[in-house]
Amino acid sequence: MAESNLGTYSGRNEEWRLDLRKKLKNKERMAGSRVKMPEADPLSRIKSYVEVNSGLTEEQAVAEAQRCLDCVNPTCIEGCPVSINIPGFIKSIETRNFDNSIRILKDTNALPAVCGRVCPQEIQCEASCFYQTKLKKPPIAIGHLERFAADHARNSGKAFIPKITKKRNEKVAIIGSGPSGLAASGELTKLGYQVTVFEALHELGGVLKYGIPEFRLPNEIVDFEIDNLKKLGVNFEKNFIVGKTADFEDLREEGYSAFFVGSGAGLPMFMNIPGENYIGVLSANEYLTRVNLMGATKEDYDTPVFKGKNVAVIGGGNTAMDSVRTAKRLGAEKAMIVYRRSLEEMPARIEEIQHAKEEGIEFLVLNNPVEYLADKNGRVNKMKLQRMELGEPDQSGRRRPVPVEGSEYSLEIDLVIVSIGVSPNPLIPMSLPGLEISKWKTITVNSDTMQSSVPSLFAGGDIVRGGATVILAMGDGRKAAKNIHDFLQKKANSEMQANGQKNEQNKK
Amino acid sequence: MPKIISKKYLSEKVVQLEIEAPRIAKKRKAGHFVIVKIGKEGERIPLTISQADIKKGTITLVIQIVGVTSNKLSKLETGDEVTDIVGPLGNATHVSKVGTVLCAGGGVGIAPLLPIVEAIHKAGNKVISVLAARNKELLILEKEISASSDQVIVLTDDGSCGQKGLVTEGMEQIIRQEKIDQSIVIGPAIMMKYASMLTQKYNIPTMASLNTIMVDGTGMCGACRVSVGGRTKFVCVDGPEFNAHDVDFDELLMRLGSYKNEEAGAYKKLLI
Ligand SMILES: Cc1cc2nc3c(=O)[nH]c(=O)nc-3n(C[C@H](O)[C@H](O)[C@H](O)COP(=O)(O)OP(=O)(O)OC[C@H]3O[C@@H](n4cnc5c(N)ncnc54)[C@H](O)[C@@H]3O)c2cc1C
Ligand code: FES
Repeated sequence: MAESNLGTYSGRNEEWRLDLRKKLKNKERMAGSRVKMPEADPLSRIKSYVEVNSGLTEEQAVAEAQRCLDCVNPTCIEGCPVSINIPGFIKSIETRNFDNSIRILKDTNALPAVCGRVCPQEIQCEASCFYQTKLKKPPIAIGHLERFAADHARNSGKAFIPKITKKRNEKVAIIGSGPSGLAASGELTKLGYQVTVFEALHELGGVLKYGIPEFRLPNEIVDFEIDNLKKLGVNFEKNFIVGKTADFEDLREEGYSAFFVGSGAGLPMFMNIPGENYIGVLSANEYLTRVNLMGATKEDYDTPVFKGKNVAVIGGGNTAMDSVRTAKRLGAEKAMIVYRRSLEEMPARIEEIQHAKEEGIEFLVLNNPVEYLADKNGRVNKMKLQRMELGEPDQSGRRRPVPVEGSEYSLEIDLVIVSIGVSPNPLIPMSLPGLEISKWKTITVNSDTMQSSVPSLFAGGDIVRGGATVILAMGDGRKAAKNIHDFLQKKANSEMQANGQKNEQNKK
Repeated sequence: MPKIISKKYLSEKVVQLEIEAPRIAKKRKAGHFVIVKIGKEGERIPLTISQADIKKGTITLVIQIVGVTSNKLSKLETGDEVTDIVGPLGNATHVSKVGTVLCAGGGVGIAPLLPIVEAIHKAGNKVISVLAARNKELLILEKEISASSDQVIVLTDDGSCGQKGLVTEGMEQIIRQEKIDQSIVIGPAIMMKYASMLTQKYNIPTMASLNTIMVDGTGMCGACRVSVGGRTKFVCVDGPEFNAHDVDFDELLMRLGSYKNEEAGAYKKLLI
């Protein structure tokens, strides 16, 4: 069985793999073309929250798995932030050993059904696929296959819940139920620890629930994973803000001996331009939370949300794309992305940009808002924009947008969603004065162990990286869990030694 | 889920609930609030913690019945459960000994004022409270405020209790009577605006506790933003108390009406 610390081990020399490679020649494997993900029709899907990608059929998945050459040097694994044994799980799909394929995935990825849907594969595993790098052909659809394996397992009704072999008494507190916290909680529970996840909101899942819309990631999938964690023995406490409801000292007194902070990024940024506080100008976090977490569009739900006719979403990331596509689904006649750089620099997943275009989203690139105007009731009704051009590359390596003199013009809009990034939530650092934080207000950790300046406290995900991805957050959670285990074992050993010495002395 | 331990009507439209929440009771200080949600379909609304009893493990909330959620809350009875409650949130009131403090509360704002009055009285300040309401029926917690005040003036719009007049008239009366070192105003935004203008005229440092629209209450959404001294602040994490003279009350008033149309619809539906 593959172990994540074996790096790019893929089990390539196992007998079944040797046999499989003999069955079909590489030339035959290369003859197929990349599978196309079945999708809901753009015109009908924007009238509902149906998931856009409907998933590969078994036949499609097996055929796509056949394309994979099971390379001697599987570079795809290097492209994966958590080094999933990609050929291993794909070849298991080819032999229709779906149980084995999910087992391999779960070895390194706690949430394959989620990552198969939201990972930016085009810049990770798929970018490093032999087809892409050497053959200059479309890469293996690794993401689609990951999703297939996970969905197949979920629909099979089989629960892949590992047995806990050793029970340990130490209590570990996980702060935040986003992907990093969920991954850490699962690992630590498997190791036998008593784990409680504390979540500030009334729902579990972090960004997976309140941020990413259901047309991309149905809640049901997140809930299924959380249910499995519950079955494994993880405790969850909702409506509990660490640093407010109880602080670290209280939790220590209650017996928690180690902590993992996965509290996410959190605070939305604004541009600080005139008119930004008018009614109808809101952060993407607020907009998406109202719709996804609070059910604002559902019958009989109390939370209101604005339905704009002409909606401008400021920004070019996944959050911006999710917001603009949500606006379209809420009935916007014109829903547009306003982005200060060009399409090429957009950080959103390519698939999302593609889907957005199909849904009739307009892209106003090389444009930047400079002011918002409102009617007499303070409701935004116009925005002033400035055209931009690309100058020299900045620190991020992307060409810096510079305003074009005298290019200002105005546009009628009735809803503006600001999606220009988030900064880390200061609640945890504020409640723990000894904790070292960076100038970007992220928690500083040793990147090998995820340990912070407070020895019993580990952290990962967006609170450490600023804005990152689901897979990186999850990988951090797993890495931290391993190191929390080491930390607690060392602690127990040294306590045992100290006790031993004391007993010796007492005997004397 | 947290249980309701007792329920009492302070006036026809104001209900007081004592709720089992031992952790919040232990941590809360004057000025803190909680976010409450009723039922799966409920919205999240902020409510100031009016009192807490650490021994009993309860907190007390005072709710003015104005919209969907407050209406749902008022329908809960002793023994019922509150679906979600989280806190304590916000920054606690900065309490120190400054001398004479003028505390002005308007309407249901008297409820959040109570713990602050108690705390600053305990800190050794002379406390003068000015309480104002539309009429006698809507005047709440007079007895409790009096217990921690050196002097209390009551005003009602219609003169049905105390003096006839607005809160600012009572405040000005006190300001003329003696030297005020600090003032605290809590109530409807419009009342705080005028109370703040008054104390600015007399150069009295003044603090206002703002009650904006909120969703998460932890700084995640920005629904609660308000301009203070020309800069945007999030009331849930930067407040809820601010230097009143720096607050842009007109913007606050405007933003409070954000969902007026949407909410009126939902409320009407609830009442049918
Ligand atoms: C709209 C949107 C779309 C995205 N799309 C993608 C995508 O397609 N692909 C991708 O890879 N990434 C995407 N991301 C980024 C990805 O979701 C994040 O990087 C990831 O969720 C970070 O995980 P996390 O565990 O660090 O924190 P989060 O998911 O942010 O979870 C943190 C949790 O901690 C809770 N919390 C915070 N403070 C406390 C406290 N003091 N006590 C208790 N609980 C607390 C919060 O309420 C929250 O539930 C997207 C993000 C957004 C907002
Ligand atoms: S209520 Fe969401 S940031 Fe304050």
